[in-house]
Amino acid sequence: MHKGKGMKFVGDSRISANKTSKIPKDYSEYPGRTEAFWPNFLLKEWLAGAVFLVGFLCLVLAHPSPLEGMADPTDAAYIPLPDWYFLFLYELLKYQFASGNWIIIGILVIPGIAFGSLILAPFLDNGPGRRPRQRPVAVGMMLLALVSCIWLTYTSAEHVDWETRAEQNKPIPPGESVVDQGHPGYAAYENSCLSCHGGELEGGAGPTLIGTEHTKEEIMDIAVNGTGAMPADQFQGSDEELEQLADFIIETNEAAAE
Amino acid sequence: MLQKIYDWIDDRIDITPIWRDIADHEVPEHVNPAHHFSAFVYCFGGLTFFVVVIQILSGMFLTMYYVPDIENAWQSVYYLQTEVAHAQIVRGMHHWGASVVIVMLLLHTLRVFFQGAYKKPRELNWMVGVLIFFVMLGLGFTGYLLPWDNKAYFATQVGLEIAEQVPFIGEALKTLLAGDATIVGAQTLTRFFAIHVFFLPGALFALLAVHFILIRRQGISGPL
Repeated sequence: MHKGKGMKFVGDSRISANKTSKIPKDYSEYPGRTEAFWPNFLLKEWLAGAVFLVGFLCLVLAHPSPLEGMADPTDAAYIPLPDWYFLFLYELLKYQFASGNWIIIGILVIPGIAFGSLILAPFLDNGPGRRPRQRPVAVGMMLLALVSCIWLTYTSAEHVDWETRAEQNKPIPPGESVVDQGHPGYAAYENSCLSCHGGELEGGAGPTLIGTEHTKEEIMDIAVNGTGAMPADQFQGSDEELEQLADFIIETNEAAAE
Repeated sequence: MLQKIYDWIDDRIDITPIWRDIADHEVPEHVNPAHHFSAFVYCFGGLTFFVVVIQILSGMFLTMYYVPDIENAWQSVYYLQTEVAHAQIVRGMHHWGASVVIVMLLLHTLRVFFQGAYKKPRELNWMVGVLIFFVMLGLGFTGYLLPWDNKAYFATQVGLEIAEQVPFIGEALKTLLAGDATIVGAQTLTRFFAIHVFFLPGALFALLAVHFILIRRQGISGPL
């Protein structure tokens, strides 16, 4: 086998520059302490992998994967949010120069330039030097892109109240509805409250009514006069219906607490 | 006995060279964290593959229960999450793995970039790697819809609206993905399921194979 001094390779690879090739692979041309992959190095690699797996499983056990309520296409109040690694793109499309009439810039031009130059990087940065200092333009562009992505992701995620979001969109266990649709107050609830507070009182545009600390009288007052962001006159009907409505909310809460 | 079986097979199909290609090579000093701790940056690629294996295995187990249908998709995930033994861990691994794989992929890409390891003769492998990155983002996007919860539904709708605004092919692209020009529903779910479970993994395996064969053939890049 021909190896050692005098051999020419393509770059620093294992491909021989003189086409006599089909040379068995080994790294003896590299200076320093090489180590056999099998079994010495693989054993160490295995240990690093095991440590990684333990850390990963700790994450999995500490944070169970989230599941929101079943998809409800009629829920107009829901604010969509993509997975975190698409947030930078989502945020980019909020800028004026990247939305509306300029949407092409946001969805094609900027991502096209960024990902296009990423895939063509070896041809754009084709000098011989490999050290970052020998190719300031490529390294500078990459740092710029990296900082912009982190910044966009940060500004997008900053406004989101993740805990409230998770709280408002909790899944309702199937077959465990606490709402008694035969209750005399349900009709009034359906007409006046359901569109904002949800079919299971779970909330929507308005807050959830499960766990409310208001008394029956307060509920009747809020339904007529409103509170906070809730406008007045949401309820329209007779006093008797109003009372049934408040009863319905109280009793549903009691059922939910069980 | 084992030696005899090995010899019997080797006689017929000559597996020793295959073995040499897979495992019989040496690890140079500059990538070995046992010699230089800073060489841990060379682990990112391997760890990315490790997470990909976790994704494949956990995903295979998830499909044992998952039903790609708008009536039952959410129910089956809920059932999986609350009733099936250890399924919360399996789904957790798939859920968090999807994020961790992007993080590891990013770190691996940055390592290769800042070391200039994509330079001649490794241009092709870099391009294959970037394609793997795109396939991973596609897997993330299509997998997000599958639990069919509110988060999934509305995020997918936004994604499809963005696809629709691409000039000329936008509407065709949306219809191709969603199965209908306007409705995001049963067709969309089955299409995303097919893309997530068959099309993109197929592309991923092919690209990974090329990626690894090229690494074996060209060797790891030398020290800076």
